[in-house]
Amino acid sequence: MSWLIVGTVPRKDFPLTCGQASLKDRDLVVNGCVSPVVRGTPALIAAACIACKTLKLEPPDVLLCGDIGDGDGSSHIYRYLAETGLTQKPYTGLLFHYLQPDVDWHNRILMAIDALPLRPLLMADAGYMYVAKMSGYAASYDLFTPDVGELAFLADEKAPHPFYTRGFLLHEDKAAPDLIQQAVSNGNAAGHLLVKGKNDYVVAGGVIVDIVSSPCVETMEPIGGTGDSLAGVAAALIASGLHIPEACSQAALINRTMGLLASPTPAFAICDLLASLPTAFKYAC
Amino acid sequence: MGWFGKSRREPPPRSSLKELSAKGILVFHHTSDVIQAENLLKQAGMAIRVMGPPPDLRTGCDLVIEFPLILELEVQRILSDSRIQPIQTVPVQDTLLSPVSLFQTRDYGDYLMVRAANMKLTIHKSSRLIVNISGGGCPDVPWLADQLIGKTLDDAPAPQRLGKTLCGYALHLAWEEMHRQCPG
Repeated sequence: MSWLIVGTVPRKDFPLTCGQASLKDRDLVVNGCVSPVVRGTPALIAAACIACKTLKLEPPDVLLCGDIGDGDGSSHIYRYLAETGLTQKPYTGLLFHYLQPDVDWHNRILMAIDALPLRPLLMADAGYMYVAKMSGYAASYDLFTPDVGELAFLADEKAPHPFYTRGFLLHEDKAAPDLIQQAVSNGNAAGHLLVKGKNDYVVAGGVIVDIVSSPCVETMEPIGGTGDSLAGVAAALIASGLHIPEACSQAALINRTMGLLASPTPAFAICDLLASLPTAFKYAC
Repeated sequence: MGWFGKSRREPPPRSSLKELSAKGILVFHHTSDVIQAENLLKQAGMAIRVMGPPPDLRTGCDLVIEFPLILELEVQRILSDSRIQPIQTVPVQDTLLSPVSLFQTRDYGDYLMVRAANMKLTIHKSSRLIVNISGGGCPDVPWLADQLIGKTLDDAPAPQRLGKTLCGYALHLAWEEMHRQCPG
């Protein structure tokens, strides 16, 4: 998988590190640095690693730093990306995840990406999707993976963060098609969207091309990391050569099947579900 | 009539005058400073609100504190006593964005989930044990989840004390709402 996944680890003492990811039991290992797979970027990377193994791909490279919300780790990552200009390896895809939103850094990094001889595919989720929208350059991205609430934030041209989205809680799944159109027409959507919810909407060029609604495992919603695992599987499928819409449809089906196989209560952790991911690939593909 | 017309000047509408002069905002470097300042000013009985900054002051994941401008000196004293320094204090001249104030609750039988904005908090109802936290996109979310999950609502630290971002603040709102719905 010639992709780089960029994000943070919820620990103060995790150093800036860049290298190929591997999984050891329930831990993520990069250059000897270890993080448990609980939620957030480690969960996304773990899902991508498992998907890569199933698809017979190399695991992804990752760029990580510890950040507990003060933005220090995110700053190290931003600085590293700006200084190296992402020229050390010709990645075909970049996935940005849990990073402290900072518009100035975002724009500098986007300029560095634009200066590359071959522009990689750009995917953003979580905090980096927020800042991509906030910057006004959402359309520079190839794929966003919002949930329905975050879709409402993308659709609201004035909201700088989901915290301020007007009428946020009125935006249920049934409103998703309208919100998708608003996000697209306001220039706040990526080229493709995978909207996570009761129904998963796959959007290409502003048009809903697929809706995945079964199997429906309602107890997945409270479990931290189930959206992260979906993004990780989607990235691996795109890296395997699938077109983005097809990869999104398959990823949605695989992630749901993983939940069905795990039969979780709301008290499950994402690592309890990831054990079912290889089998979910077999059932869903 | 011409004489009268020349000399008459329309006063500004009363409401806009009041809006321009009555409120100020405190701008900070970090959201964690906003959260600390909010605690201090509320403890001092001040009528303040945490709001979204006007467009020209937005830098990223940020909040400001709206306060009665007439109390500026008192506000500055309280904050400087605690060594919290706003980077700017300006009068409100634009519409501030209001944080979400509604909550969604979902009952899973033995479990209850409360959502505030993009953050979801789930507890086991009979034990009041926090079993999951999901949503959000700022880096303190996974860390806050590590600090809270496995503790009861009474034993868990308030997310406001530990959180540093808007997502952390939203989680605190969900935590408060959960306390309201499931009092010990």
